[in-house]
Amino acid sequence: MVIDIDNLSLTFQTNDGPVHALSDIDLQIDEGDFVSFIGPSGCGKTTLLRVIADLEQPTAGTITVNGLTPHEARLKRAYGYVFQAAALYPWRTIAGNIALPLEIMGLSKAEQRARIAKNMELVNLAGFEKKFPWQLSGGMQQRASIARALSVEPDLLLMDEPFGALDEIVRDHLNDQLHQLWAKTNKTVVFVTHSIPEAVYLSTKIVVLCPRPGRIYDVIESDLPRERTLDMRESPEFLKIAHRVREGLKAGHSYDD
Amino acid sequence: MTDTALPATRSTNPFAGLMAGTTGPVLVILLAIVGIWYIAAVALNTPFQEGIYERAKQTDVPFTQLVSDTLAQERPVLPAPHQVVEEIYKTTVLKKVTSKRSLVYHTWITLSTTLLGFLIGTTLGIVLAIGIVHSRVLDKSLMPWVISSQTIPILAIAPMIIVVLNAVGISGLLPKAMISTYLSFFPVTVGMVKGLRSPEIIHLDLMHTYSASRLQTFWKLRFPYAVPYLFTSMKIGIAASLVGAIVGELPTGAVAGLGARLLAGSYYGQTVQIWSALLMAAFLAGSLVALIGVIETLALKRMGMAR
Repeated sequence: MVIDIDNLSLTFQTNDGPVHALSDIDLQIDEGDFVSFIGPSGCGKTTLLRVIADLEQPTAGTITVNGLTPHEARLKRAYGYVFQAAALYPWRTIAGNIALPLEIMGLSKAEQRARIAKNMELVNLAGFEKKFPWQLSGGMQQRASIARALSVEPDLLLMDEPFGALDEIVRDHLNDQLHQLWAKTNKTVVFVTHSIPEAVYLSTKIVVLCPRPGRIYDVIESDLPRERTLDMRESPEFLKIAHRVREGLKAGHSYDD
Repeated sequence: MTDTALPATRSTNPFAGLMAGTTGPVLVILLAIVGIWYIAAVALNTPFQEGIYERAKQTDVPFTQLVSDTLAQERPVLPAPHQVVEEIYKTTVLKKVTSKRSLVYHTWITLSTTLLGFLIGTTLGIVLAIGIVHSRVLDKSLMPWVISSQTIPILAIAPMIIVVLNAVGISGLLPKAMISTYLSFFPVTVGMVKGLRSPEIIHLDLMHTYSASRLQTFWKLRFPYAVPYLFTSMKIGIAASLVGAIVGELPTGAVAGLGARLLAGSYYGQTVQIWSALLMAAFLAGSLVALIGVIETLALKRMGMAR
């Protein structure tokens, strides 16, 4: 088991009183899983991902990552994190950006070069090493940030709505690439999204969250085959899972306002 | 009607091309300043000139005579631009640079004080900013002093610095440079504090996920982020440094430097000399700021931040 969350809660103390961002979360994520957190804004899906990454501290309950606390796991660089925005450093070239975590890890120049080449190839960005971020499209920038996360060679990839800011055509394309990447590398991926087709297409397990307080409403084990194609999204099996996600979101009062 | 009228007006205006760029507007402003200067020179120098005419019992002096006389006085209230230009030419091109009467010599003295003070000031500013950004205690204890240091009039504190440093045996360039430092560290500190604090949360989070040390976060994130702020502060700092160098030359008894020229000029009523030193100081400040601008462009281009 890669991630084990037991009875976890997180309450933010604000000037307007406590906000229950996460409440009584129980979740297990196995090696090689592709798990999506889906829910409306304010359901705590990003907060839960940040707890796994040790960017937020839970106020109750326990969580282990690779059997360690999130803090220990972070110090061991157990995961790669992809943010909503590409967050590339504007003064570094694409290769320089991917080198950033490798420099911090203290790898040799030769090892850095090898990993940069390998991971740029993996996200189909070979040939763009010397470009600066602003010279690339939004989709390419996000692919570069995925290459940067992969270059750490973590077994666990945490992705926070990585394609949220991109248009649908680019998004479909990147979903397809991400799926192939996952199938090829057999990494464990935790993926935050608010797109139902994206979640169903990519995931082996879909966690539906609902807000106020942020909690898990439903966990859906996908019975789709591991190998997937974009055409599959019109198949009855696909639509059945999508329907169950939508029903979950509805029943969890996600559509109230 | 407008269809035919528009191209016609465009083609008949010979200045259209000139005014489209920056050269035209810059020239217009320059001419306006010189024009106003001449008018002011005539107006301000007329009372003295009329006194001369009166003593010489000259009456009915034609206006053209009055104008040319007011623009050729030896110690005018306001010298005309061409008098100042002539003085600058005489004291730079026609004098040996080693001569005490050479404006180049005095400019060099002031420039070396400015640069030394600026160098110390910038270093001090960066060091203070690093401390303030990384330590809450320093932030609370140092920042008020940094700010209040600039509320003291520099003219009041400059003689004190010179006297105190002389008393402990430090003389020459350094005491004057300390006044430049005093003025120039402030913009650098404030700018660098702002710059070092400017990285986005997402970038800081990213460094956190890599378990980067504070030192790594500083060199790989905070410092590069602060570089544009540093250059902006340095432009203000070097101009302030020049002011400090000139002020620092005043209480030393006016031996050398542009400040000395100003002081000597005012002792002897040499207004042409004062104005030529002032123009030289302005030219020097402009050149120094422009030089930092050039370095900034080169540095940001190298960093890929200038598009």
